[in-house]
Amino acid sequence: MTEDRRPSRARVEIRIGWAFVLPALILYAAFVLLPFAMSVFYSATRWDGIGAMTWVGLKNYATVFEVPALFESIVNAFKLLVFFSVVPVGLGLVVASVMHRVAPGRLGAVARTVLFLPQIIPLVAAGIIWGWILALPGMVNQILGWMGLGGFTRAWLGDFDWALPAVGMIGIWVLLGFCAVLLTTAMAKIDPALFESARIDGSGWFREFFSITVPLLKQEIGVCLTVTMIAALAAFDIVYVSTAGGPGNATAVPGIQIYILAFTEQRIGPASALAVLLMLLVVLVILPIQRWTRERAR
Amino acid sequence: MKRISTLVVAGALLGVAGAFAQTTSPLVPPFGKDAVVISAYFETGFDIPFKLAQEFSKQYPNVKWDIKQDQFTNLINETPRLLSGSNPPDLMRLPTMVSFAKQGLLKNLDGYADSLGWSQWPVPQLVQNRVAADGTRGSGSLYAMGLNYSLTGVFYNKKLAAQIGMTQPPKTFAEFEAVLAKAKAAKLVPIMQWGSAKSGMGLAFPLQALMASVGSTQPINDWIFNKKGATIDTPDNLKAAQHLESWIKNGYFPSDINAIEYTDAAARFGKGEGVFTFNGDWQNPGYDAALPGNVGFFVMPPEKAGGSPAAMSAPLTYGIAAKAKNADAAAFFLTWVASDPVARQINVDVGGSNPGGPATASTPKVKAGSVTNDTLAAGVVVGKAGTAMDFIANSTSAIFAQGWTPELQKLVGGKQTAAGLLKAVQAEYLRELAQ
Repeated sequence: MTEDRRPSRARVEIRIGWAFVLPALILYAAFVLLPFAMSVFYSATRWDGIGAMTWVGLKNYATVFEVPALFESIVNAFKLLVFFSVVPVGLGLVVASVMHRVAPGRLGAVARTVLFLPQIIPLVAAGIIWGWILALPGMVNQILGWMGLGGFTRAWLGDFDWALPAVGMIGIWVLLGFCAVLLTTAMAKIDPALFESARIDGSGWFREFFSITVPLLKQEIGVCLTVTMIAALAAFDIVYVSTAGGPGNATAVPGIQIYILAFTEQRIGPASALAVLLMLLVVLVILPIQRWTRERAR
Repeated sequence: MKRISTLVVAGALLGVAGAFAQTTSPLVPPFGKDAVVISAYFETGFDIPFKLAQEFSKQYPNVKWDIKQDQFTNLINETPRLLSGSNPPDLMRLPTMVSFAKQGLLKNLDGYADSLGWSQWPVPQLVQNRVAADGTRGSGSLYAMGLNYSLTGVFYNKKLAAQIGMTQPPKTFAEFEAVLAKAKAAKLVPIMQWGSAKSGMGLAFPLQALMASVGSTQPINDWIFNKKGATIDTPDNLKAAQHLESWIKNGYFPSDINAIEYTDAAARFGKGEGVFTFNGDWQNPGYDAALPGNVGFFVMPPEKAGGSPAAMSAPLTYGIAAKAKNADAAAFFLTWVASDPVARQINVDVGGSNPGGPATASTPKVKAGSVTNDTLAAGVVVGKAGTAMDFIANSTSAIFAQGWTPELQKLVGGKQTAAGLLKAVQAEYLRELAQ
C-alpha cells in the first residue's frame, strides 16, 4: 500500500510545487523572458518601431563594432566599473571594518545612516544636484578656491579628462553606502571570539582585516561586486541627468546610446543589438564572480 | 479679413459663433455650435499653445481641450507611438516631421491649405513644412503648420555693448569680429552660449549664422532638407567653422561652455554675463524680464557691406495626426491662430515670435523698449531677402545628438578641427540617411 502511494504523493507534491511557482513564472516569462527573446529577434532586423521589418541577420552587431561612438560606449562602461564597483566595494570593506572595530555603538548607527542616505535619494535628483555641485560656479570649485587651488578649478562635467571620473564620483557616493552597510551587517555575524583571539595573539587591524574579515565575507563581497558591476555596466540615469553622454561622447555609456538609437533615431535593430551585447557583457563579468564566491563558500 | 475677425470676436462674445455658417470665409468654425473636444499634445515650458487654446475656448465656448504636455526631448521619443496609437492627438507639437510624414502618421494638409486660404499666405511660411514623396523637405505636400515663425540671431546687452563703444549693430562680419575682440580686451565674456549635451550644443547657432554670413543659404537648406548629393562639408562652411574655431581659441565663449545648459546660459546673460548671445526670439520675454529695455537684437551681418543678412527661422511646427478625430477643428484652430487679432497679439506677447499668417493680417502691438521690436523688424528684412534657413540640427532625427553636439564639444575641447567637424557630421548624416 505504502509503496503505491509514494509516487502519487510525489506527483501531487510536484504539482503543488508548480502551482506555487507558476504565478511568478508567468510574470517572469511575460516581463523578462519574452522581452529578452524579442530584443534578440529585433536585433536581427531593420525596423523603425512602426513600419515593416526587414531581416538583416548579424549586420546590426557589426554596426556596433564599426561605429566608433557605439563601441566607445562599451569602453566607457568598463572605465566606470572602477568607480562604480572596485572603489565602493574596496572602500566599503575598509569603512565597514573600521566601523566594526571603532564604533559599534550609537556612533556607528549614525555613520551607517549617513552612508546609506544616498540610497534613498532618487538618482535623478542626485544627478541634478551633483551637476550644480560640479559646475564651474559650484561648491567643489568654491572649496578649491578657498584652499588656494584656484588654478585647478574647471567645469568638471564639461571637461574631456574629468567628466568620466566626475560621473564616477557620483557613482561612488551612491554605492559606497550600500556596500558599507551590507558588509557591516555581515561583519556583525562573524564570531567575536575570532577577533578576540586574534587580538590576544597581538594582531593589528591589517592582519585582522585580511585574515578574518575578508575571507569570511566572501559571499557578501560577491553580492556587492555583482550589484555594483551591473550598476556600472547598465548605468543610465546618473549619466543621463549629469552629462547626457558629453562632452563629445566622453561619458556616453551603452545605456545612453541604446536610448538615442531606439527613441531618437527610431532604429530598433542596432539598439537591440547593443542591448543584447551589453547583457552578454554583464553575464561574462558576473559569472566568474558568482563561481568564485561559490567555490570558496564550499 | 479684419472685418471677419471682428465679427468672430463679437460672435464669440455673444456665444453664437455658429451663426456664420452661411458665409464662405475660412474663419467659419467647422464644428458650428456642436460641442468639440480637441485633443492636443504640447511642449512643456512654452506657454503660447496653452494661452492660445484658452483664448480659442473663450471665443468658441463649445470647444474644450484635452491637453497633454511633455518636454521636447521626450516628445521626440513619444511622437511616433502617439501618432500611430489608437487615439492619436488632433493637434500636436512636432519635434521632427519627415519620418512621420513618410510613415503616413501625419495628415496631408494640402486640402486645408486650399480651403482655408493658407496657400495664399506669403510663401516662406509653408515651405519648411512640405515633404516630397522621396522624403526631402522644402517641396511636395504640406504636413504641418507653424503656430508662429521664430527668428534667431544675435542678442546683445546694450549697456555692455556701449561700454565697448558699440552703439549700433555691426553692419559687416568684420565689424562684428572687431567688437568681439574689444569685448575680450575689456575682460567681458564676449558671447554667452550653452553647450551641454543635455540641452544640445548651442554653438550650432553661431556656426550656422557664420555659414550664412560667409556663403549662401541655399546649399544649407538643401542639406537640411536632405536633397540628393547635399553636403555640409563645403569650402564656405569650412571657412565658417574655422571662424568659430578661432572664436573658441580667442576665448570668446565661457570656459565652461561644455557644461552650460540652455537655461543657465539664458540666466547668466540675463544677469549681465556676456555682451552677446546667439538665440531665438522665443527667449524675448525672458530677456525683457531680466534686462528690461537693455537687450537689442540683430541678424548676423553679411561678410560684405550691402549683402543680405540671413537667419535661421523656423516655424513652431504643429501637425495633425492622420487618424485624428477632429482634424477639421484643429485645422481651423491653426487658421484662427494666424488670423485672429487677439490670437496674433497673444503670439507676440507670450511667444515673442512673428505670427505669420495672411499678408493682410493685423500687426500686433509691441511694448516700447522690448527686444521684440528688433526681432520683428529683422524678420521683415530676412523675409524680403528670402534668406531664411531651417536649423542645421533638424536635418535628420539624431544629427544634433550624434553629430553636432559631440563634435562641437570636441571642437571646444581642442579634440576636433574645423575640417574634421564638418567631415564627421557629414559622415553621421550619410549614416543616418542610409538607414
